[in-house]
Amino acid sequence: MSIVVGKTSKAPDFPIAAKAALKNDQLRRNVAHATNVIRSKRALRVEEMPDWEQLRQAGSEIKAHTLAHLDHYLIEFERNCELAGGKVHWARDADEANRIAIDIIQQYSGAGPGTEVIKVKTMTSDEVQMNHALEAAGIMPIETDLADMIVQLGNDEPSHIVVPALHKNRFEIRDIFRDKMSKPELTEQPEDLTAAARSYLRERFLRTKIGISGANFAIAETGSVCVVESEGNGRMCVTLPEVLITLVGIEKVIPTFADLEVFLQTLPRSATGERMNPYNSIWTGVTPGDGPQAFHVILIDNGRTKLLADDLERETLQCIRCGACLNACPVYRETGGHAYGSIYSGPIGAILSPQLASLEHSRSLPYASTLCGACYEVCPVKINIPEVLIHLRGEIVREDQKTLSGKLSPENLAMQAAAAIFQNHRRYEAAQRLARIGQTLFERNGQLTNLPGMAGAWTRSRDLRPIPKQSFRDWWKQRSTKGDA
Amino acid sequence: MLERLGHTVEFPMEQTCCGQMHYNTGYHREAVPLVRRFVEMFRDAEAVCVPSASCVAMMREHYEMMAEAEGDLAFLAEVRSLLPRVFEFSELLVNRLGLEDVGAAFPHTVTYHPSCHSLRMLHVGDAPTKLLRSVRGLKLVELPQKEQCCGFGGTFAVKNPDVSLAMLTEKDACVVQTGAEVVTALDNSCLMQIYGGLHRAGSSVRTLHLAEILAETGGAA
Repeated sequence: MSIVVGKTSKAPDFPIAAKAALKNDQLRRNVAHATNVIRSKRALRVEEMPDWEQLRQAGSEIKAHTLAHLDHYLIEFERNCELAGGKVHWARDADEANRIAIDIIQQYSGAGPGTEVIKVKTMTSDEVQMNHALEAAGIMPIETDLADMIVQLGNDEPSHIVVPALHKNRFEIRDIFRDKMSKPELTEQPEDLTAAARSYLRERFLRTKIGISGANFAIAETGSVCVVESEGNGRMCVTLPEVLITLVGIEKVIPTFADLEVFLQTLPRSATGERMNPYNSIWTGVTPGDGPQAFHVILIDNGRTKLLADDLERETLQCIRCGACLNACPVYRETGGHAYGSIYSGPIGAILSPQLASLEHSRSLPYASTLCGACYEVCPVKINIPEVLIHLRGEIVREDQKTLSGKLSPENLAMQAAAAIFQNHRRYEAAQRLARIGQTLFERNGQLTNLPGMAGAWTRSRDLRPIPKQSFRDWWKQRSTKGDA
Repeated sequence: MLERLGHTVEFPMEQTCCGQMHYNTGYHREAVPLVRRFVEMFRDAEAVCVPSASCVAMMREHYEMMAEAEGDLAFLAEVRSLLPRVFEFSELLVNRLGLEDVGAAFPHTVTYHPSCHSLRMLHVGDAPTKLLRSVRGLKLVELPQKEQCCGFGGTFAVKNPDVSLAMLTEKDACVVQTGAEVVTALDNSCLMQIYGGLHRAGSSVRTLHLAEILAETGGAA
């Protein structure tokens, strides 16, 4: 079984990728502007909710309950979806998901070249790299979400869960459209860009027979699938084609239709700062003469079940992909999404990517956080992201310490030394005295500005006050003996 | 300051570190003896005053979980008994002692940075600003984007120095923009970061822990 999460395995470490991103001023301006706008809109729409905390709690409990009984609800979903005329497929990993999708497409279109499919934004598709698989099989996927279309036409990668082209401004988007739609006259006016996208897409909506969607929710009770979106392209994709394939991560199931009540309040407010999404599409199986006449659901595991065993890791699967944690994260706001080397970026990406794809590929991600807690505060399903980050750091250290190079790494040696020093106050005081002597080598004008080793990462860009001549402990001892109180 | 208010202050010389640096960096095993040590050192205290919000957050968020993971019920009972007596500095004054005016005088313009752990984990709320507003001569000015992290994050500052610096640069720009002479907080670690950037940039804005401000009486008392 091969677990794939976008291109995670080929990505450079976060600090290296981040350094490059930080040098891109245009990118940083775009990301700061976009996240600021969404953040303030979200704050407005959350503040007006008197029961916001109860909604968060309810969302968290519904998800926690579902994940604890996932076997039950997935089977219930399958049964009800098939009773309504849908067909449910189970995919253990990315390869299986892609193979199932290609088989279905070829079954309906013949294996001929030039087959097109229209797609509505699905992160799960990006996760399993479905577009690449489809293209390799001679099938042309057409992204219809405006931002996904920008990413696809620009041969780019999504940088945000909800707003995949957040790193591009409208001038950059104009250039992509001019080039790829052969519209050299196009301006950067939002109306013009939208009109260009509209006419480009409308033609494709009408001629394409097969659609692929993701799902925000899969409802076990009714076998229904739900997609929320803002542009109406999703509604087109799930109603116009003759065949609809819906990709569903297994954690997306919720028990009852009534449970949507909670999420349809928290998701749009958290994601885009809207009270309600302009388009909420819910469909159940096949209705003769109305909408797609063949409906296939692919339930995708791709590493998820191994998170179920641990209470804390399981919390990660509560995510409803609203992206609020990305917008709130001070690290994401500096670097944008690409630095995370995964289609899941920001705080949720920092815990989701390494857990799905195993820590080997993304060991630097759990450290890409100051643990400031802004992500947890905004999370509409109360995933304690900082706690999960610390848990994953613990796993990384434990794994490292099993190897000789890990044992001998400067960090491990420093941490072991610090632990030994902290376990004995005399050693602690001696270390203070030693540091006070040692630091004179690096002192310039009363500041430490050029420390060696790991501390050098500090003093390269920041000053440090030297340890004072008299420590607090020395002062305390002195005043105690003097009886000076 | 605490003695000025009539309290007896003890400083157990045997104390060292709460274990946060190890724990948050992933060295969970190494942090356990430090937690045991802390509990042993302070088990009999009437109230433990910790002038570092992130250390208190470490204790409240993780000590019980760590004791549970150790499977040591006596240790867990000790942790549970001690934690309600642990207070962050401003919590001790405002919530435990019911004070806002501690008789301090500090005739300077000050801005307050609500450190992430005091704000989002301890939820100290307006306790620190209540204390600051009661200081004679002190002019409190609002810090723009105050709830944004300063970029310290413990070992984050050296593991991700470039991102840490980018965050710090934004924070320090906000500090300078206020025109304050002093920036204060409930965490010396954040203040160390903020100072590091300010001083490197040649700014004369000083960094002081809230306790340092509240200890000042301007010659009175």
